[in-house]
Amino acid sequence: MQLVQSIRRLLDLRRGATPPANKDTASISIEPGPTPETVIIPLQQHVGSTCDPLVEVGDRVLMGQKIGDSEAYVSAPVHSSVSGEVTDIKEHPHPTGQDVLSVFIRSDGRDESSPDVRPPGDPMEMSPGDIRTRVREGGVVGLGGAVFPTHVKLSPPDNKPIELVIINGAECEPFLTGDHRLMVERSTDIVKGSLVIKRAVGAQKVIVAVEENKPDAVESMREAGREHGIEVAGLPSRYPQGAEKTLINSVTGREVPAGGLPMEVGVIVDNVGTAAAVHDVFYKGTPLVERVVTVSGDGVAKGANLRVRIGTTFADVMDFCGGLTGRRGKLIMGGPMMGLAQYTARVPVVKATTGILALRGETLFKDETAHFTCIRCGRCVKYCPMNLTPYILGSYSDAGMWTQLGDFYVDDCIECGCCAYVCPTKNPLVQLIKVGKEGVAHRRRKMEGLEEATSRKAQ
Amino acid sequence: MAEESKPVRKKSAGEEDLLTIGVSPHIRDSDTTARIMGWVIIALLPLTVYSIYIGGLSTLVVIVMSIAGAVATEAVIQRLRHIAVTVTDLSALLTGLLLALTLPPRLPFWMPFIGGAVAIALGKQVFGGLGHNIFNPALVGRAVLFVSWSRYMTTSWLVHPKAGVVNTAAVRSIDAVTKATPLYTMRLVRQHTLSLSASRYYKPLLFGNPWGCIGEVSALLILIGLAILLAKRLVDWRIPVCFVGTVVILSWTIGMDPLFAALSGSLLFGACFMATDYVTNPMTAWGKVIFAAGCGAITVLLRFYSNLPEGVMFAILFMNGMTPLIDRYVRPRPFGHGKRLSEA
Repeated sequence: MQLVQSIRRLLDLRRGATPPANKDTASISIEPGPTPETVIIPLQQHVGSTCDPLVEVGDRVLMGQKIGDSEAYVSAPVHSSVSGEVTDIKEHPHPTGQDVLSVFIRSDGRDESSPDVRPPGDPMEMSPGDIRTRVREGGVVGLGGAVFPTHVKLSPPDNKPIELVIINGAECEPFLTGDHRLMVERSTDIVKGSLVIKRAVGAQKVIVAVEENKPDAVESMREAGREHGIEVAGLPSRYPQGAEKTLINSVTGREVPAGGLPMEVGVIVDNVGTAAAVHDVFYKGTPLVERVVTVSGDGVAKGANLRVRIGTTFADVMDFCGGLTGRRGKLIMGGPMMGLAQYTARVPVVKATTGILALRGETLFKDETAHFTCIRCGRCVKYCPMNLTPYILGSYSDAGMWTQLGDFYVDDCIECGCCAYVCPTKNPLVQLIKVGKEGVAHRRRKMEGLEEATSRKAQ
Repeated sequence: MAEESKPVRKKSAGEEDLLTIGVSPHIRDSDTTARIMGWVIIALLPLTVYSIYIGGLSTLVVIVMSIAGAVATEAVIQRLRHIAVTVTDLSALLTGLLLALTLPPRLPFWMPFIGGAVAIALGKQVFGGLGHNIFNPALVGRAVLFVSWSRYMTTSWLVHPKAGVVNTAAVRSIDAVTKATPLYTMRLVRQHTLSLSASRYYKPLLFGNPWGCIGEVSALLILIGLAILLAKRLVDWRIPVCFVGTVVILSWTIGMDPLFAALSGSLLFGACFMATDYVTNPMTAWGKVIFAAGCGAITVLLRFYSNLPEGVMFAILFMNGMTPLIDRYVRPRPFGHGKRLSEA
């Protein structure tokens, strides 16, 4: 294995980029975050339908009480992260950029738990169906940042048997260390949570995948998983190692077909944070009301790994860490490669907030080219983990050539940012590709509309 | 809207100044076009310095005039096109240097200047500038000089008296026999009009070649330059390896000394510094292999079956022309497409 990797390195056959890791907070233990006066809990923190509020202005709510839910299957309820009074329910800026209906709760500082917060009994005796129901009720979604409802992931159709559960501890994004700390500090809980996941999908095997730049996490997970037959796979530290499709390929050698889900190759992938959240739902009874957030970057006084209540504003978290330093640059939810730059610090921490990264204005990169220019160095092609040709996607998108763009598999792009990162002419390739995907989709809709109209006319 | 109805926006914590927004990734690699060009120039420096040491003032004049022609033309044309003058990205300087290294060490001073000007004007700017040209600009400049003043371009390849380190008796005797380049000599050997061992040429070709172009002065220094480029991961190893490999294998099959075939002529320089030009070779790994193998095959064809003294230049130019076609048909297989699902 080591030899194969050396040869691959020598012949330059590897894909993916190697941005500087900047894991400055890797050795800082997870601490409790701020205790905000008011939490702002968006009713949309997951992939799927927005929840309807279950409370009204003036209601008293308890910690862990369900305050929003939806009838839809692909959705997940949200819970209050404090006890106190509902002061407002209105649209509020959300880290994804839109305004989302959110519940404002003024904390009474007592953190009184809801009576619903109690362990439901031993999950290893429960049926897979019951496990899924409890996972859904606990509001658990994928905590790696994609926030896909976990109960949906745990419900593979009968014709797609799941054989392997991969617990994703790769954490390939620079700066982020929350998963790393979780694996070091809560390895037993992660193992217990992943055994519940394994039971729910009827898998035979669990593998924890960790990048090799975290030897203490590898060691700790290996220790905790040994008696349950859980293996730990040490993977090369190459971004985007933790992207679902890349990860499955690295661990099993299988390729998830384009447009398909991991279950098509008999695998599901869950983040270590998700496994810990599943553990909390079953062994502590607590729904997902807080998550580990890495605070890092050169624009914040003190980096930290914090257990932050959902609904705490970014401003509160930054103040808790000593405030922003230097000229204002970017405030990013997530890592520097795929994170979302925020226009305001009033947005709340949501289930997707893996980290808050503050980059100061002095060191901020802002030299993107105005137009697509390419010296054909070929790096984007070499580094693309999806084997695409980003330079073609970028130039076609810049020229608005949507028809041709579709022929170059623009929809398979996972927007990991490797191409834009390595580009020596600093083309905003991810931006162009995002625009291109929209353009292709718009054109497709238009063509379908035309076809429909023509066929109606013909009849 | 009435004045008084405008809400006063209160600043909250962390919001004293406006935040910057933008699409990910928020960090970028530190490599820029200028830095890449700079490293290629650094990789060429040992060769350049040694060639000036061997060739003296006349070589220096060729190099300086070629660079001057290239850089001046780039600036003038960009000024005329009313676009930003980008000579600071060093690409014009590199083109001028590359061109000079493919020229004979003694030329009328105006000739390399015209070569540099043509390289930029006809080789690069007419296509739209950096990144848009189909053919290697330096080789376009050389090709124009080659067909315009072929007498200067071939017969001034004289043994330079200052090539002292290698001006051994063996070299002098070879030269006394032929007054020609090693490659031409070996062609005569192959045609049985001469009998000579190719191995006599190894040492001069490696350490100090008194025949040929400025950049052919030492195969060893070319390889050192290539090592720098490979160590900085600026060029793909496939191109020099497949190019030289193809020439070696084909030369050997037609009965030439393979090591001599690799070291002589402008092959090494072309394979390491000309064929690897970003703009004019294919973007994909297999595309590069096809490109380089094509270059090698055509080089052998021209070397031994044409009237041209050397085939590398036209081989690369020809394959440059094939590059858009190669890029069209040789594409990587996108992840998750067209592969059967692994058995579970």
